[in-house]
Amino acid sequence: MDISNDLPSCVQARFKSDTGEETGSPLDLPLTINKDQLTLICNALLKEEDKQFLFFVKDTEITSTLHEALDLTKLNSEEVVDIIYQQQAVFKVRPVTRCTSSIPGHAEAVISTCFSPSGNNLASGSGDTTVRFWDLNTQTPLHVCKGHTNWVLCISWSPDGSKLASACKQGRIMLWDPITGNQIGKTMMGHKQWVTALTWEPYIRNPECRKLASSSKDGDVRIWDTVTGHTVLSLTGHSKAVTCVKWGGTGLIYTSSQDRTIKVWRADDGILCRTLEGHAHWVNTLALSTDYVLRTGPFHPILDRLDSTNDRTILQQRALQRYEETCHKGEERLVSGSDDFTLFLWLPEKEKRPLARMTGHQQLINDVKFSPDTRIIASASFDKSVKLWESTTGKFITTLRGHVQAVYMVAWSADSRLLLSSSADSTLKVWNLKTKKLELDLPGHADEVYAVDWSPDGSYVASGGKDKVLKLWQH
Amino acid sequence: MPQNEYIERHQKLYGRRLDYEERKRKREAREPHKRAEKARKLRGIKAKIFNKERRNEKIQMKKKIKAHEEKNVKQNTEKVAEGAVPVYLLDRDIQSRAKVLSNMIKQKRKEKAGKWDVPIPKVRAQADAEVFKVLKSGKTKRKAWKRMVTKVTFVGENFTRKPPKFERFIRPMALRFKKAHVTHPELKATFCLPIIGVKKNPSSQMYTSLGVITKGTVIEVNISELGLVTQAGKVVWGKYAQVSNNPENDGVINAILLV
Repeated sequence: MDISNDLPSCVQARFKSDTGEETGSPLDLPLTINKDQLTLICNALLKEEDKQFLFFVKDTEITSTLHEALDLTKLNSEEVVDIIYQQQAVFKVRPVTRCTSSIPGHAEAVISTCFSPSGNNLASGSGDTTVRFWDLNTQTPLHVCKGHTNWVLCISWSPDGSKLASACKQGRIMLWDPITGNQIGKTMMGHKQWVTALTWEPYIRNPECRKLASSSKDGDVRIWDTVTGHTVLSLTGHSKAVTCVKWGGTGLIYTSSQDRTIKVWRADDGILCRTLEGHAHWVNTLALSTDYVLRTGPFHPILDRLDSTNDRTILQQRALQRYEETCHKGEERLVSGSDDFTLFLWLPEKEKRPLARMTGHQQLINDVKFSPDTRIIASASFDKSVKLWESTTGKFITTLRGHVQAVYMVAWSADSRLLLSSSADSTLKVWNLKTKKLELDLPGHADEVYAVDWSPDGSYVASGGKDKVLKLWQH
Repeated sequence: MPQNEYIERHQKLYGRRLDYEERKRKREAREPHKRAEKARKLRGIKAKIFNKERRNEKIQMKKKIKAHEEKNVKQNTEKVAEGAVPVYLLDRDIQSRAKVLSNMIKQKRKEKAGKWDVPIPKVRAQADAEVFKVLKSGKTKRKAWKRMVTKVTFVGENFTRKPPKFERFIRPMALRFKKAHVTHPELKATFCLPIIGVKKNPSSQMYTSLGVITKGTVIEVNISELGLVTQAGKVVWGKYAQVSNNPENDGVINAILLV
């Protein structure tokens, strides 16, 4: 006698969003229902059209039918089965497959690359002391900006895309105009050692894009007024080099340091709000769940292409709306990666205690990023692997193995369906988040790949490394 | 020949001529004219020599002037280091780690090849006839089994001679040495150091065991007084040195330290 004959052909099921809100009343669903049919029902319940969802039953994803995802031996036919749905991005980013151009120009290793928030401009900083702008349409060099006296370590676009800040190993910060390629204002001097990270005040706080925070090896974090070129505030408190600085959407500044702590400062008056302790070694990197929204600011890469307004209040409202959509409970989560091989998940606005400690890496963690939809954390480590974690609980999802040397950086595609990693083994790898497997291997660089960035609209990937060329990748 | 510094003494006692400074100035002022006249007058080989010297002098002068000029110019162009790395690798010493590794490999290779990598690689072989002198013994001097070493030797401190009946090799007291002048090739300094032993005489294993020191022999010397320290922090005691002269001819042992 077949076992399946004993089982009911229908179950009581209820749809729940991933934030825990129930949608509609429980339904009788046949076990053989498949994903497409579930999508249709869900769309009907939400009164939406043509949205894509992922469905989970007790943390198992429904890939083909409900029958397969359910654990039939433990199924209680009296109970209501919760089907959790996650809405996916409406648009789809196609994986980059080929190198469309490798542009020489830099005379030394390319240390940083960054797309502008709108995705229309690309800049890179290099060891040859220049910042270069690149024309994305013709894929040729646009401007060479000379001015720094040492390696350009980090670059950062202002959220409105009108300025680029760059910082060098001498501790000087300069601003550049992406249209003309000229310097804006004065060189900002003050740091005694090299600058490790730059971050702009988010667009939602101030659409003028005037303030800039920089962290330095000398243990200081400085907030600059870019118009006057002076330091507004100097946040001192770390006893060792500051490795990363992030400016949150709620007006807090988060800094990580080699003194094993993460500090939270109020950006307006520079008061230290709390110190997050837990790491046992240098904290290397920080990521905010709202990183992507804050980075793109007023620009929605896909939807805003057509209507371009210059009204700042409208743009700010738009940015604020998207920010609130992204952090639904109004809380930013922070994840930190460290030399002690662990990651910590924090709610820095409220608590000193970490939400979760994520262990598993066997070497130091160099880079960590939230996916744009804030659901998954990807961490790159020197143990040659990329690991994925659930961003709400810090639960381990999977390990992506494939690199043969240390992984330096990861970058998410805008739709959170693809992940890109760059490594010392001179390759880029594209990972598919659906299958949790390697989607594509992108060899091409002659040496270590130091910097990689996926444009916010997902159409280009730029990568640079020790072999001095900047490569652009497209579908 | 002048005896003692009588001029200085006179100057100290009675002072200089009153017009000394004036005369000196004039003499110095006249110098270029004299030199020019000399240059005009000289002929033949003397002119050649003079001109060559003058040319060299001028080159030196010009160099000096240039050096002074460069010193006056402030140099603020700091060279940008090569091998740029991103921020996350700046504190990690990845390059130096690679360097350390290659240095370690080099060191190991050196140690392996060390036996043959000496300042004097080729050494003339010493024949037995040259090193040993046959001594006749017995009542009628018929027996010829005794040998006397005619080269410099090192004999350990607690060595006692065997009874004459059994002593095949005689190492004369006059040719026994206890110290060597060892030059440190990097410090370019020489030290008189006690010998610990003969490590290897390249001519023959027997010479090594006898302690014969000829040119090219590797000896072990006690360098504890130099105060060299190992990587672990201990004082280095013995080190090898290669003999660079013919001690039997010179009466001293000169050696180069193997570092």
